[in-house]
Amino acid sequence: MRTRPGARAGQYAALLGYLVFLALPFLWLLSVAFKPARELGSLHPTWIPEHPTLGNFRQAFDEQPLLHAAFNSLLAAVSAAVIAVVLATPMAYVMARRPTRLARAASGWVVVSQAFPFVLVIIPLFLVLKNLRLIDSVPGLVMVYVVWALPFALWMLVGYVRAVPVELEEAAAIDGAGRLRTLVSVTAPLLAPGIVATGLFAFVTAWNEFFFALVLLKTPEKQTLPVVLTHFIGTEGVADLGPLAAAAFLATLPSLAVFAVVQRRITGGMLAGAVKS
Amino acid sequence: MSSATEKRRTARRAPGTGPPRGTAGHGAWFLVLPALIPVLALSVGPLLYGILLAFTDAQSGRTAPTRWIGVLNFSDLLHDTLFWESFRIGLVWAVGVTVPQFLLALGLALLLNEDLRLRWLARALAIIPWAMPEVVVGVMWRLVYNPDAGILNETLRDLGLGDGRDWLSGLTTALPAVIVVGVWAGMPQTTVALLAGLQNTPRELHEAAAVDGAGAWRRFRTVTWPALRPIALAITALNFIWNFNSFALVYVLTNGGPGGRTRLPMLFAYEEAFRYGQFGYAAAMGCVMVAVISVFLALFLVGRIRGGDDA
Repeated sequence: MRTRPGARAGQYAALLGYLVFLALPFLWLLSVAFKPARELGSLHPTWIPEHPTLGNFRQAFDEQPLLHAAFNSLLAAVSAAVIAVVLATPMAYVMARRPTRLARAASGWVVVSQAFPFVLVIIPLFLVLKNLRLIDSVPGLVMVYVVWALPFALWMLVGYVRAVPVELEEAAAIDGAGRLRTLVSVTAPLLAPGIVATGLFAFVTAWNEFFFALVLLKTPEKQTLPVVLTHFIGTEGVADLGPLAAAAFLATLPSLAVFAVVQRRITGGMLAGAVKS
Repeated sequence: MSSATEKRRTARRAPGTGPPRGTAGHGAWFLVLPALIPVLALSVGPLLYGILLAFTDAQSGRTAPTRWIGVLNFSDLLHDTLFWESFRIGLVWAVGVTVPQFLLALGLALLLNEDLRLRWLARALAIIPWAMPEVVVGVMWRLVYNPDAGILNETLRDLGLGDGRDWLSGLTTALPAVIVVGVWAGMPQTTVALLAGLQNTPRELHEAAAVDGAGAWRRFRTVTWPALRPIALAITALNFIWNFNSFALVYVLTNGGPGGRTRLPMLFAYEEAFRYGQFGYAAAMGCVMVAVISVFLALFLVGRIRGGDDA
């Protein structure tokens, strides 16, 4: 379709505006992370650090148990992702292929559960986990994350199952393959990329999660990265800007990496679920 | 999901052969259990327990047994001006974030749907806010808003627009300042959803309309928008709910301050439950929030059913 030159120019101007709005805050975070304390104290901050340094990163590791926190985050996010996908895949399969009343009720619940104010769920969970002595432990947090990741995992997976042609399964059945055999050797391989994308998305949501971790984890050595990050901001709200920015930047890297790799699949899968389920 | 929608979809999938096919035959209910049991145990269960708690005087660290007190928490809540103030702030915040978020996302989605040169860069950048932990987004914008070392004030000074101020601690500026952050953080998801909706609208319709001499605005109104409406409605209702429930962003940016001007309902309930130990009272707050949200959830479900019909 042809577009008039004037309109084109307007479109580029608008796009430029969006690029600036989206990129500048992140670039500023990078700038602060690599600036020495002296430049941060200056009254006229600059975009590019004059004497870039890694000192903020070293200081961040000295001030807070970042390595511990990163390990806890990794443990929680990987376990939650793996368990959520393992639990969700069979159900997604049923929901996509044979929407029984139970599966449909579950699908309705998936939507409803997105709408809870978490505080209504966290208070009872806090009490129950406390009685089970699972407060202040990563396994307790993982249990919460799994359930929290299930709705979206289901949604994405249903879309991926629908994309596998039923005809392939039928052909295998006609060729004499049993139900299990068909699932394992025909459906599963085609579903694998979708399962991986779903798992990575669950990983990112758990890696980024803050509220449950804040409530459930009390000892500094047990806390995840987002919670530890808030310790850089003192009680008075005064922050040591350099180390804060350095730590914040590090905390973003894993999810950015995951998104960069599977962005297309994640958005595709989520939308397939959201639009069609 | 309406049964009419379901029937139609089934019919499309397997013309004239009855029920949906595939290897999930009878007895497939068994496959639902692994996901269903944890969900029942850790979300339906706690939800019901939470509603029960709202009718008790449950507190943390109390030795006396918890008692059933009926609707006392709710009648107290009715007179709690601080709660209703936070409720009002929550609504202002949710509307203030959701509406610009939608409009900006719609604009960006329309741009990304065109054949523009820097499209890939915009797509790549749109991932950043989405992938970032909310805590990091909060930290990042604190650095931008910082009264001395922040880039916002420096830019304003350079442009000759005032001497800079402490945006996040100003009584009048704090809420608008956090709203901007909320818009920034949530815009990408909305953009991607709308972009997918745009790509589902048939190109031929556009071209036919263009041949008929319809201008850009008319083509948008008569072709694009009708196709986009169901998904737009659904995403807006969901965004509103998510925004109303949000916590981490504002917790990091202002922790509800200054003077409670940005104290969203979730922050209020969190403090009530985990700082003052008033579990029953906080649970009652959660119930009130659920009641309000249900209205928007209904809107979303309506939008989704329509979306299903159009898909």
